[in-house]
Amino acid sequence: MSDRLPGIRPRQNILLRLDGFARYSFPAAATVLLLLLGAAPLGLPGQAQLLVATSLACVFFWSLFRPSSMAPPQVFLIGLLVDLLGFAPIGVNVLSLLSTHGVAMLWRRFLTRQGFFLVWLAFVVVAMGAALMQWLMTCVLVLALLPPWPVLFQAALAGGLYPLLAVLLTRAHQSLGQADGT
Amino acid sequence: MIRLSIPVRQALSKLTLPVLMAAAFGLMLLGKADALLAERARMAVSDALAPIYGVLAAPLSSVRATIDNMQHMLTLFSDNARLREENERLRKWQAVAMTLDAENALLKANLRWVPDPTPSYVTSRVVADAGGVYARAVLLSLGPNHGIMKGQIALDDRGLVGRVTEVGTRSARVLLLTDINSRIPVVMEQSRARAMLVGTNGPRPRLLHWPEGVQPAEGERIVTSAEANAFPAGLPVGTVRFTASNVPEVQPEARLDRLEVVRLFDYGLRGALAPESPNRAAERRR
Repeated sequence: MSDRLPGIRPRQNILLRLDGFARYSFPAAATVLLLLLGAAPLGLPGQAQLLVATSLACVFFWSLFRPSSMAPPQVFLIGLLVDLLGFAPIGVNVLSLLSTHGVAMLWRRFLTRQGFFLVWLAFVVVAMGAALMQWLMTCVLVLALLPPWPVLFQAALAGGLYPLLAVLLTRAHQSLGQADGT
Repeated sequence: MIRLSIPVRQALSKLTLPVLMAAAFGLMLLGKADALLAERARMAVSDALAPIYGVLAAPLSSVRATIDNMQHMLTLFSDNARLREENERLRKWQAVAMTLDAENALLKANLRWVPDPTPSYVTSRVVADAGGVYARAVLLSLGPNHGIMKGQIALDDRGLVGRVTEVGTRSARVLLLTDINSRIPVVMEQSRARAMLVGTNGPRPRLLHWPEGVQPAEGERIVTSAEANAFPAGLPVGTVRFTASNVPEVQPEARLDRLEVVRLFDYGLRGALAPESPNRAAERRR
């Protein structure tokens, strides 16, 4: 990682490496932890949708603002975890999260220079697309026409959840600094 | 670490996303082709998480109980009045029940009735809602040598909950009767007509396929039927409620939205097994 950047830096010792690794792996690790917590028996209404919505918001945020820490392999594993935690056909969330990541990377240049509101709007569009994609894939895999309301609710939930999560994640993003070479 | 030239590295990093997307499609096909593999992977994750959620479940349920208590404080007076009235009514029913019980015992003694064997059961804690956007299921935490098998029947203190569909070493999943893949043969208690209880993923499953000439009545009790050898006869399921559009639905007796402890009964029935996952149920329907 670090040999990409020129300049003088302190010699790599084990602590610095550990620190760098912790900063590098924080986004994915925090997302996984949040998902495991979200699958706990909280007894919230719409918890299944909340789980997927959280994964979408986290992947979108980190793909935009710290793409080196939320690379496709991490997104893949997070999607797999969401699929295994739920009862949905395996692979559906993997695909929708990878697409979310792809769209975030495409819009990244433009979006990271915009204010919060536009990013939020973009996320709502992405969440809607991801929900429709999930619905379509689930329908195809189960070979039945399922009602689209649950995923639409999920998209709305994701949109509502994003500002809340963004506040937390932005703070984390700032305190992580620029240590991982992005 | 292998040192690659910058263009190669850039090309590789551009390739990862499409390759992984293809892998996601592959995963879907794999999960569809080999449902057992997907199930094993799921149960491995559940087995790893069940003990953690088991630890979390106790404090969480106490928090929930505290909130419930506070809500109950607000409705104390009206609840009290309602309970007094209900108690009065139940006392009458108790008398009726005791008379009937005595009469039943007497008649059975005269008929040399062989009683049904008492089924063995295991009580276990619900540790997580294991459904998804398109499924209704719960995850149970079990001891290491639990002896639970697929197809066993889960009841809470009030009525039928569902059936065990996946069993791991430390956990099991119960597909709730509200799941879209759930099909349960039932009997309407008054008319003794058979019907199917079909889950919709909503809170109330739908009643379908009752014989001609019989109409389910509002408030009629629904119990399981021994048809297809998947359930024993007579387990309480729920009561009939008609929707505004006159579709009969069943309000489950069990409190499916707040399950904490369920009993898993082994009736030794190995008839129609419960659907394993959305994928496989769809395959069977074809």
